[in-house]
Amino acid sequence: MSDNQPFNLLTPGHNGCAGCCDSLAAKYVLMAVGPDCIVVNPTGCLEVMTTPFPRSAWNVPWIHSLFENGGAVAAGIEAALKSLGRRGNTKVIGIGGDGSTMDIGIGALSGAFERNHDILYVCIDNEAYMNTGVQRSSGTPLYASTSTSPAGSVSYGNNTNKKDMPAIMVAHGSPYVATTSIGYANDMIKKVKKAADVVGSTYIHTHAPCPTGWGFDSSKTIEIAKLAVDCCLWPLYEIENGEVTAVRKVKNPKPVEEYLKAQSRFKHLFKMEGGDKEIEKIQQYADKNIAKYGLDK
Amino acid sequence: MAVNPNDKHKMTVVEGSYATAHAAKVSRPHVISAYPITPQTHIVEDLSQFMADGEIPGCEYINVESEFSAISALIGAAATGARTYSATTSQGLFLMHEALLNASGMRLPIVMTVVNRAAGAPINIWNDQQDSIAQRDTGWIQLYAEDTQEAADMVLQAFKIAEDKNVLLPIMVCMDGFVLSHVYEPVVLLDRKEADEYLPPFKPDVYLDPKNPLSFGTLGDPSVYTEFRYKQEQAMRNALPLIEKAADDFKKVTGRYYGGLVEGYELDDADVVIVSFGSILGTIKDVIDEYRASGEKIGVLKVRAFRPFPTEAIANALKNAKAVVVIEKDISIGRNEGALFTEIKAGLYNTPMRTPMVGYMVGHGGRDIRPMHIKKIIEATKKVAETGKIEIESQFNDVKEELL
Repeated sequence: MSDNQPFNLLTPGHNGCAGCCDSLAAKYVLMAVGPDCIVVNPTGCLEVMTTPFPRSAWNVPWIHSLFENGGAVAAGIEAALKSLGRRGNTKVIGIGGDGSTMDIGIGALSGAFERNHDILYVCIDNEAYMNTGVQRSSGTPLYASTSTSPAGSVSYGNNTNKKDMPAIMVAHGSPYVATTSIGYANDMIKKVKKAADVVGSTYIHTHAPCPTGWGFDSSKTIEIAKLAVDCCLWPLYEIENGEVTAVRKVKNPKPVEEYLKAQSRFKHLFKMEGGDKEIEKIQQYADKNIAKYGLDK
Repeated sequence: MAVNPNDKHKMTVVEGSYATAHAAKVSRPHVISAYPITPQTHIVEDLSQFMADGEIPGCEYINVESEFSAISALIGAAATGARTYSATTSQGLFLMHEALLNASGMRLPIVMTVVNRAAGAPINIWNDQQDSIAQRDTGWIQLYAEDTQEAADMVLQAFKIAEDKNVLLPIMVCMDGFVLSHVYEPVVLLDRKEADEYLPPFKPDVYLDPKNPLSFGTLGDPSVYTEFRYKQEQAMRNALPLIEKAADDFKKVTGRYYGGLVEGYELDDADVVIVSFGSILGTIKDVIDEYRASGEKIGVLKVRAFRPFPTEAIANALKNAKAVVVIEKDISIGRNEGALFTEIKAGLYNTPMRTPMVGYMVGHGGRDIRPMHIKKIIEATKKVAETGKIEIESQFNDVKEELL
């Protein structure tokens, strides 16, 4: 094992797109946790791009079962390690996208968290079903145009706000829930490490811009991720045993236009009549975050 | 031969569900995961009590929020190297469907008791075998028990077959709901020593382990996918003799034997042969005893293994029959016959055998099958044997005209 082994737990050479958010997020998770883990990866881009048989990019034990059962598979692994006396410090980690986490897999994940298995679950939220061609999920933000919530002459795109998934996980009594962004790698690695060290079901929700699905140049993944945090559409916080214990301050929040303009999924808002008023609604969403978490104080 | 006459003093009257739960207990599972559903509930309640009383040392019991998560948790646990057990029925089994294919595709030797129950709609909690038959192409081995003793003993046999390195496939142990699960009968409860002698610990070659990081459940594109299916089918072929061996080995340890792939009763010289599976065999055998008493050559072939399908064993067993009748509690809707009937005919088509065969679909949704129904079927099949002519190839038994 070489000294830089933690950096090789997810090897390069996989089939991810240039500027892929999933590979960055997964890499940060493994850098934080190290080799003593077992990864459960529900169906999605990450699973497809990293494991075309007989190749695998994973240098940690890894399992993909189905789209909607990540929480249950992780629970079963944790139970097996306990029963077999092989638990040691091995951490069971679920890594799923917004579709497998917030939509189709929420039942299995809820069950695992309610039973408080000793697992860490990381949602890599790129705000739509990217693997199948950018269909909307409950992680898709207001007015994003996706292939199943397209903007059109009578539609501004997706007409709902994001589901507040971290709040749902807090409601399960999780001892540690945190939001992270792949634009702030050190913050993310620190929080994942902390979450992995807590005994019980812990949850990390990471915001992960997808160049293919969101429509921006593949060199700008980190830039876009930072913009979401800097305009307060994606607040970074930690919640321990139900209490907000840390918030990343944003001294001079940028207007949401700056973030929206940089992505083609929102471009219709700048062309359609009345688009400016709709952008105002997105700004109000950011303002709510600022007030709720005291981001600018 | 079910119970060895020398073991009669060991017999105790328990519910079928208890006997099965006890068998799961002495199999020393590492992880049990299940969701309650009628008529499987008593099995999971008994297992929960065993856990509460510390009778399954080291076992983790996961009280999941659905059958889908029950089987999914076992997929994770089995991939980690654990011996795993669950029980379910009907709607719960249907909810598992996607994961059943996944467990078999990943070659995980999970053992699950299926307490056979009808499928909704209309919702119906009573017994037929539509539920497991509907899962026949999921890549699970399917074994069918005739009585409560066999249903319990089959759990151990199933672990032995499933965990064999030439098999590594999950197994459904099917027992009829209520008729077996809720009946109190004298059985011999396997003691731990016998169980340990019969069933060695599960030691898989590959499992999820940070010391040897492997990837499970990867993407198989068209260039590699066929070979996964091919190897699954090979594993099913490998299971055929091992199902027989598991039964033979069990007999060596306990003296109890129920047949291997199939088992005949008054079969060898029988002109009319009934083929069936599950608890209805008990009624059929009683009727056959009556016929034999009056000198009529009627016999029965019990099918224990439905997957892998024992074509050769069935063909061999039916070779002297003048007419065959298949009686079963399921239907392939749109085919107008039960799955067992279809498959027996298909298996014999490319052979010289031209014995006339008829099928009866009986007992749907728990409707009683009494000796008089069996007699009526036998009388009709006797005519087929005499004339060699089939008037109705496949039919429902006991349809109430006034309800149509």
